[in-house]
Amino acid sequence: METSFAWLEIFLNASFWVAAVRIATPLIFGTLGEVICERAGVLNLGIEGIMTFGAMAGWMAVYQGAGLWTGLLFAAACGGTFGLLHAMLTVPLGLSQHVTGIGITLLATSLSSYVYRLILPEVNSPPRIQAFEPLEIPGLSSIPLIGEALFKQTPLTYFAFISVIVVAYVLYRTPVGLAVQMVGENPAAAEAQGLNVTLIRTGAVVCGSAFMAVGGAFLTMSAFNAFFFNMINGRGWICIALVVFASWRPGKALLGALLFAAFDAYQMRLQQLLGAEIPYQIFLMMPYVLSILALIVMSRRVGYPQALMIPYRKGER
Amino acid sequence: MRSEIEISEKQPSAEVVLRLRGITKVFGSLVANDDISLELKSGEVLALLGENGAGKTTLMNIIFGHYVADSGSIEVFGSSIQQGSPHVAIELGIGMVHQHFTLADNLSVLDNVMLGTEPLWSLYSNRRAGRQKLEQLGERFGLQVNPNERVAELSIGERQRVEILKALYRNAQILILDEPTAVLTPQETETFFETLKKLVSGGLSLIFISHKMQEVLAISDRVAVLRDGRLVSELKTAGASETELAQAMVGRNIELPERKALKAGEPVLKLKSVTVRAEDGRSALSSLSLDIRAREIVGIAGVSGNGQTTVADLISGLVEPQSGTLELHGEVVNNFTPRNMLRKKVGRIPEDRHSQGVIGDMTLAENIVSESYQEPQFSSYGWQNHLNRQRFAENVVSKFDVRGYSANSPVRLLSGGNMQKLILGRVLSGNPQLILANQPGRGLDVGAVAYVHEQLLAARANGAAILLISEDLEELLKISDRIAVIHRGRLSESFPRESISIAQLGLLMTGQQKTPTTNNQSTEADAS
Repeated sequence: METSFAWLEIFLNASFWVAAVRIATPLIFGTLGEVICERAGVLNLGIEGIMTFGAMAGWMAVYQGAGLWTGLLFAAACGGTFGLLHAMLTVPLGLSQHVTGIGITLLATSLSSYVYRLILPEVNSPPRIQAFEPLEIPGLSSIPLIGEALFKQTPLTYFAFISVIVVAYVLYRTPVGLAVQMVGENPAAAEAQGLNVTLIRTGAVVCGSAFMAVGGAFLTMSAFNAFFFNMINGRGWICIALVVFASWRPGKALLGALLFAAFDAYQMRLQQLLGAEIPYQIFLMMPYVLSILALIVMSRRVGYPQALMIPYRKGER
Repeated sequence: MRSEIEISEKQPSAEVVLRLRGITKVFGSLVANDDISLELKSGEVLALLGENGAGKTTLMNIIFGHYVADSGSIEVFGSSIQQGSPHVAIELGIGMVHQHFTLADNLSVLDNVMLGTEPLWSLYSNRRAGRQKLEQLGERFGLQVNPNERVAELSIGERQRVEILKALYRNAQILILDEPTAVLTPQETETFFETLKKLVSGGLSLIFISHKMQEVLAISDRVAVLRDGRLVSELKTAGASETELAQAMVGRNIELPERKALKAGEPVLKLKSVTVRAEDGRSALSSLSLDIRAREIVGIAGVSGNGQTTVADLISGLVEPQSGTLELHGEVVNNFTPRNMLRKKVGRIPEDRHSQGVIGDMTLAENIVSESYQEPQFSSYGWQNHLNRQRFAENVVSKFDVRGYSANSPVRLLSGGNMQKLILGRVLSGNPQLILANQPGRGLDVGAVAYVHEQLLAARANGAAILLISEDLEELLKISDRIAVIHRGRLSESFPRESISIAQLGLLMTGQQKTPTTNNQSTEADAS
């Protein structure tokens, strides 16, 4: 009888919730970034590579002596640069967003390894850096379960939550947010109202890509404290799915990221519990299977941005 | 600035607000606008009349900054403007209601209207003030729309109101309306004309693009006629006649086809209490019955969205009835697929040429055989017979007078009229026994409509049964033998064309009357 309830007891353990929020953080950044790009009508499959490069760039900057926040800013700038490249190819030139995005991922991933080897040619195991420390919010952090999960995290996690609110506000409450939505829904309408579609789309992709890079940087600057090859490990692709799950809304993106992360944290604990009886790969699979199921249920009736993946060429007949 | 000009003019009311000088625009080998000079005076309605492809929309797009003219200049309120920027045009008080509305369906009315009205980088959008201004404008010009409604939920007429409100919100003084009535029902058109009168009395100057002469005569002060990119005529509306305008527009005499009395034959299509559930955005049909005989055109009138699309889908084999039967030549149809309907000699002229009629990026020839490519003359043992296809396509292209491009050009380059001719050619060359003609004249100019009607009447004379679905009552009265009215998925009984008037049809379309009264039936019928 004792073991039969162990799978439920996981939920009562604060470390589970702390892990869930920590795992969610890079996904929140990545999904938020992808939401911004796609709301403007540009699919950014460069996300996996941009996260990788962000992880490498932030970590490397700090290792070379930069401050933590400077390193983070540098990672964001690198992400923005890849975003600019993606935008240049897909917006004014109107190239296929799928092909360009995959190209960006391959380029950014390989460049990360290349730069890493260029700067540290003879290192066997990647050096660790002094990363972001958890920051307790006095008072709030003593609430049982929730307090520990939400208010004993590193600053980047708080930053992720704040970003969701800021992005949602900008998207729904400011003129520039409306403009971003409009170029993703009907670029011709945006132009007829006197807006520059190319500029707005490019800006959104640059900004979204910066968020992606910050998501990657979280892994090296706040979680693992070092850069490993393949450390993004499909997180970028998960973000792409989470965007659909979230029906392109920042608030629901946060929810989706937390849900996925909770599954992930849960399966890791189940592995420890039942790993002897069931092959652990089954558990590794679980969050992905569940996210596919969730997508099937949720995405049936979503209204995606109508001009998503459609290049806009001014004055074309 | 404007007042200074007014003082210098002798008649302040005749101030020129917009002046075009020698506008020329070339697309590839096509001269869309050829040295056009035109003036718009304050407070007037200038109609720009011309066939499809005459260059009306191109000219307006140049004024609004979507295109840059190859040569020529534009003056607004006396100062010449830099071309190529809608932003500049809007700032100078030019508004445009596009033919294909430029609205985002997933956003609210207010979002659509307020877009671009505030500085892009302000941290706050004053939506309350925006809503207030929008409501005031709506009240003043009779253009009420709920600001919070999503555009996707609005009817076509309401969407057009939003388009106009967008321009008014930016304080437009000059409003360009590109084929505004093309998408409207007769009822909506009437309301729309009321709105235009209010706009003019509110101080706006209008350019009204159309190819419908009755509308031009009804609403405009002056008419400019474009043909093949050139301004061929400019005249006062008062005193102009329909024939005069038609001739200027087409450059030749158009013979309007006449319906000759024919004796109808055996029933071809029989619908017996067919019921279709509302699904996938289709409206429902309830217990619909209808017979169409050979050598007969039966028209279905109705306000759009009352089930016409479902009737068309049913006969095209795109939807299956939940109950009731559909018989072709006395045989009950059980297999509702487009291919089976084609096999049973049903020809279809779809409502939306671009999305359902043709595949834009494929060639004329491929589109012509797209319903028959499996036949032995075009393919055998899995191989296509290019030679036969080419020969057949060239034959159709010349027989149905599809102009402008060769059989190997992509179809999307064709104008609306030529695209419709191509579809007609595809349908009629299959010798169909039942023809579904869904809005066959929509968006076409006089010449093309006359051609389509002529071909349909010829098919009727050859023994085809034709179901004509249209929102254009004049079209229905011109070529139908019998007319039924559809309202909320229910079809009225059908009335012989001779015994029903536009007024009676109008009443039936709003569901107010079950059967027309018989005492005043002859008046309208005799008029045509």
